[in-house]
Amino acid sequence: MTMAAPRPLALNTFAAGLALALAIAFPFAMQALQAEFYISVASRIGIYAIAATSLNLLLGYGGLVSFGHAAFFGIGAYCVGVPIAEGFANGWLGFALAMAVAGAAALAIGAISLRTRGVYFIMITLAFAQMLYYLANSIKAYGGDEGLNITSRSDFGFGLDLKDDTTFYFVVLVVLAAVLTGLRRLVSSRFGRAIQAIRDDDVRAESIGYPTFRFKLLLFVIAGAIGGLAGALMVNQQNYVNPSLLYWTQSGTLMIMVILGGVGTVWGGLIGAAALLILEETLSAYTVHWQFYVGWILLLVVLFAPRGLAGLMARRRPLP
Amino acid sequence: MSGLLLIEQSLNGLQFGLMLFLLAAGLTLVFGIMDMINLAHGSMYMVGAFVAAWLVELTGSFVIGVILAVPLTGLFGMAMESTLLRTLYARDHLSQVLATFALILILNESVRMIWGSDLPMSAPAALAGPVELMPGLSYPAYRLLIIAVGLLLALALYVLVARTRIGALVRAGASNREMAMTMGVNIARLFTAVFGVGAALCAVAGALLGPLFAVQVGMGESILILAFVVIVIGGIGSVRGALVGSLLVGMVDTLGRTVMPHLFREFLPPQMASAAGPAVASVIVYLLMAVVLFVKPEGLFPARG
Amino acid sequence: MSVRHSFRLRSLTAACAAAGLAGLWGLAPAQAADKVKVGFVSTLSGPSAGLGVDIRDGFLLATKLSGGKLGGLPAEVIVSDDQFKPDVGKQLFEKNIKRDKVDFMTGVVFSNIMLASVPEAFSSKTFYISPNAAPSNLAGKECNPFFFAVSWPNDAYHEAAGAHATRKGYKNAYLLAPNYQAGKDSLAGFKRHFKGKIGAEVYTKLGQLDYSAELAEIRAAKPEVLYVFLPGGMGINFIKQFVGAGLSKDTTLLVPGFGSDQDIIRPVGDSMLGLFDAAHWALDLDNAANKKFVAEFEKEYKRLPSLFASQGYDAALLIDAAVRDLKGRLDDKDAVRKALRTAKFASVRGDFKFNSNHYPIQNYYLRVVGKDGQGRLVNKTLGEPIFRNHGDAYVQDCSMK
Repeated sequence: MTMAAPRPLALNTFAAGLALALAIAFPFAMQALQAEFYISVASRIGIYAIAATSLNLLLGYGGLVSFGHAAFFGIGAYCVGVPIAEGFANGWLGFALAMAVAGAAALAIGAISLRTRGVYFIMITLAFAQMLYYLANSIKAYGGDEGLNITSRSDFGFGLDLKDDTTFYFVVLVVLAAVLTGLRRLVSSRFGRAIQAIRDDDVRAESIGYPTFRFKLLLFVIAGAIGGLAGALMVNQQNYVNPSLLYWTQSGTLMIMVILGGVGTVWGGLIGAAALLILEETLSAYTVHWQFYVGWILLLVVLFAPRGLAGLMARRRPLP
Repeated sequence: MSGLLLIEQSLNGLQFGLMLFLLAAGLTLVFGIMDMINLAHGSMYMVGAFVAAWLVELTGSFVIGVILAVPLTGLFGMAMESTLLRTLYARDHLSQVLATFALILILNESVRMIWGSDLPMSAPAALAGPVELMPGLSYPAYRLLIIAVGLLLALALYVLVARTRIGALVRAGASNREMAMTMGVNIARLFTAVFGVGAALCAVAGALLGPLFAVQVGMGESILILAFVVIVIGGIGSVRGALVGSLLVGMVDTLGRTVMPHLFREFLPPQMASAAGPAVASVIVYLLMAVVLFVKPEGLFPARG
Repeated sequence: MSVRHSFRLRSLTAACAAAGLAGLWGLAPAQAADKVKVGFVSTLSGPSAGLGVDIRDGFLLATKLSGGKLGGLPAEVIVSDDQFKPDVGKQLFEKNIKRDKVDFMTGVVFSNIMLASVPEAFSSKTFYISPNAAPSNLAGKECNPFFFAVSWPNDAYHEAAGAHATRKGYKNAYLLAPNYQAGKDSLAGFKRHFKGKIGAEVYTKLGQLDYSAELAEIRAAKPEVLYVFLPGGMGINFIKQFVGAGLSKDTTLLVPGFGSDQDIIRPVGDSMLGLFDAAHWALDLDNAANKKFVAEFEKEYKRLPSLFASQGYDAALLIDAAVRDLKGRLDDKDAVRKALRTAKFASVRGDFKFNSNHYPIQNYYLRVVGKDGQGRLVNKTLGEPIFRNHGDAYVQDCSMK
């Protein structure tokens, strides 16, 4: 029985259906308004939504404050970008590689980090991400800090041309929908409920008999793999990959999205990513100091609405 | 590598390490005593640098500008602590990370709105040249000043923390906050004071490094992370640990810029050797941090118990 | 009201809010064909902002002097700051091309930002007029019909400096440059024309500002001549620290024009006196266009222009000449290309001609930092040009003819 997080909103199928319908209509609306530029903006939002959702799995459901999540995002991007630069653009293999390598990295990092607690866990995840960042910087053969330009996008066959903005948008939408559905299934499964029990009180969970370390590690790996998937999409969207994807401020940005959207909610990652990126897009048209306003909004959310925007939308749960 | 080169590089490492120490000292005390992760600490460094650059321009004197900037930044730090940051002490670490990350954004843009995205700052003309330390080795006078100030402040901090009553209160707070409170220490005022001193130390570093680096928005972000590495290695809450950690990191960083590229140039083309050197040095630094966190999380000089 | 019902209401409200935001974005109207839109993305903040600001000021001055028009059509120049970050530059290019539907892109200072961003221009068939970065890869095998360099090939200044160093009889050189494409091009260019030995070839991190470690190495190496390519804030800091370390007394420093022009002269000051460099332009080049440019720039901005400003100015003149020849037909990409290739304009550098790879063929001069009639520090041309009608070393690999 969960005590801290609000009841998953995704149980409400009307909201999901409405959102999906709007999302499908969106690119055609943009085309009609001669504003195709916003289709690629929406794709970017979708990709960050996937990354933020994967972090939310760790942060919200697992209670694991990982400050190095950008590492998996970056690993996924390089795992698709480097092969394309070398001539291997097969999307299925590339994306599978991204998820596998990111997951493996998560396994290694998690195995070590999860043996620490509290603030030490935060710091050690940061340390590993920074190590990978500097590693990416050192490999001049694949651009180093100059980054790597990718001349073509992943090829998935079936005549799917990812270079077309609308096609790419739908690919991102499909992946996002799959991730959100998968998350909802996961958190209401036995594993999901065990993880939340561990989050709430891991001594009690252990005494009940849950293998807490192994469950946390599995969660870490799943989150890492999905982060890698987001990275694979990102390198396609940008046609470019550089180490800044792994820098600590990128991890911070993902955390901001999670808290803005709602820690421990299925929709939190998407709402947070959309909120932050739309705020950026809207405010930067009016002022160069848009980060000032984002900073204040974030501060107010942390201080007064710690359950984020999704928390505001959910019905208040009475405490037992 | 010749002896003179080694001496000069050691001085460079020492200079960098001492400035890093000024940041780490404040950070470790805040973290140790208040148990708060303060990502906005690097912003104090930036604010200190901007205020100093602005005052130097205004007054026409480097000395006056820097000396005035330090207490001003300290006061600003205390104001921030007593209004905003105080509300975060009771919160969990994630909230602290996010709130102080938000502060970085707010402070970056505030500085940009007031002064623009960067300010020029020059070392005083009197110190613009070299000092001959020994035949064949001239070292920039300005950097010698930095080393001197750094050593002086390290000594002063040692005396303050180890030999005075206030220092005893600080050490008590760092090692066991609840006990210190029950013993009647006015924790709120102690916290504000510690924060103010931390901000002032950052301002010294920012003002002194301004002429060497660039006084620009966002300058605190890269040095902030290094400061966290240092305090983890040294031990959260320990000023002595911060000193040892800073000097260690300063040396490794300098070695990474010189010895390692030499080594790599033996078997890598020059562009790759030059890229690999500093990157490997950074990886080593973070590896050290990870090892400490795994094996001895309290750090090399634990402050607690 | 049941939970489900109230939630439905909130979701609809959220959807309406989203639609309202779309209105706030002011979705762009259809493209007007009666003006020229130019997207100007450059480094306008940070220690190396001086370069971007100069290029922008030169470009806008030329536009202003022709009555706010380019080629007779009203000009709209959309200026944005890449903050010295390639991913930001890339996004700005995307915005200018896809949302603002510009006719030309221009402005970028640094090669790494430019290389990350121009693919956006190329894939959308938008012309990029480079007022600065012109790397070797786009001169040779990867040459592109949509890329025009109005400045110089990246290697050029360094080739001239290398040739000068050979003529001066130096036998041994120590090289330093930032670790990015332009840095690589610079030392390759120097080595191509320098006949002596290379003592060391050191690459520093792009954007690095503290050179204490590198200067200690240089002191230990005791080179005959030190060749350093460090533009913008990097150069300012290096020279200050070079002097501070006492190396200016014993070590001969040679730089490309990027390392000694007005943006560096202003903050560093008199310690620059006597410094030799190589460039394609100087304040004292004797032609009518240059005299007008220097006078107008000083009048408008109250400071002397740098070579970066001259490049921005020439970029605008090029676009102006091409658009004039096109008589408004900006949609016919082949016509635009032809117009750019054959554009006749009075460049501030004197004669101007494009090579088949769209890189300039021009003269390069030896310059020295001295004082002008009013006691200000300026670069003065010295003697005969180092190179006349000099192209680049990569044009034979380019498939464009």
